[in-house]
Amino acid sequence: MSDSLKDIVEIKINGLSISINKHFCKGCGICIEMCPTKVFEWSEKLSEKGVYFPVPSYIDKCTKCRRCELMCPDFAISVEVEEGAG
Amino acid sequence: MSKYRMLKYLRQEVLPTTMCLGCGGGTVLNIFANAVDELGIDPKDLVMVSGIGCSAWIPSPYFKADTLHTTHGRPIAFATGIKVGLPDKYVVVISGDGDLAGIGGNHLLHAARRNIDIAVILVNNFIHGMTGGQVAPTTPFGAKTTTTPYGNIEHPLNISETVAAAGASYVARWTTANPFMLLKSIKKALTKKGFALVEVISQCPVQFGQRNKLRSAPDMLRWFLKNSVPLKKAMKMSPEELEGKIVIGEFIDRERVEFVEELNKIIRGVYVNAD
Repeated sequence: MSDSLKDIVEIKINGLSISINKHFCKGCGICIEMCPTKVFEWSEKLSEKGVYFPVPSYIDKCTKCRRCELMCPDFAISVEVEEGAG
Repeated sequence: MSKYRMLKYLRQEVLPTTMCLGCGGGTVLNIFANAVDELGIDPKDLVMVSGIGCSAWIPSPYFKADTLHTTHGRPIAFATGIKVGLPDKYVVVISGDGDLAGIGGNHLLHAARRNIDIAVILVNNFIHGMTGGQVAPTTPFGAKTTTTPYGNIEHPLNISETVAAAGASYVARWTTANPFMLLKSIKKALTKKGFALVEVISQCPVQFGQRNKLRSAPDMLRWFLKNSVPLKKAMKMSPEELEGKIVIGEFIDRERVEFVEELNKIIRGVYVNAD
């Protein structure tokens, strides 16, 4: 297993953090398509695997429904909500 | 290390998965891991059985529980044996449409008839994906595959309705574009006493999609959302209107006498009479 912390893109806001594992992501675009509030956009650079991956640029729109996390076929997305944070 | 909570249920040394870009199989595995987590089932109490095909790869190397990768079409036969031998375990079959409904169709019908307490998650991607995209018993009418380049002239098998008619306790059909309903149904299937089938309509953008103008996973998911009809609405529609649509919902949820329980009752009765 070659994945390490440098493979993870993490964006945090007010106790909510969305992280993408670039080692797992194959760039299918399901999260970008299925997010009800369009939190994700495509990255500008390629990952080490040679694919464009999603970046949670508009994390302020996230409603914490976890649909992206549940639908990701490659277990690459993690949505974490801190205790007590709305 | 990825931070996703469900990774503790997976064999992480074999990740990332070998599935194609955008395959719905990974989504099914993800939702199944969530169902196991939400029900609080110890993976030691789970026995996963799969056959041959792309969808049979969902449990077999990835899920960290006892997994049995069996011969083509026979996972339900193996699962029947496991359930009779180990009635306390949760026995789950995850396999594809070509495996369970094509070559193993008879096993599926008779396990439903017996109403043995196993949960079957049938991942229906409309095609024989692993062997190169040949026509399957579930391929929609008119769809193009490698063996039907001018369109399929056969009508697909309606798996959920067939199994419901054969006598299963619980039958539901969802697409991978309805993840929350699918999660709820998988949880119900795991806890249901009796034969439970969850048919998951899953995307295969590589073998099915590219020949039918649905080249990517998002295209296929949009197609599922556009073409799926809830069961209540479908009951009011004519067969002509339903042509080419995917009916989703819970087809049956009933209590019926279960096979292993009845078998053990007879065994206990025979022992008492022998004494």
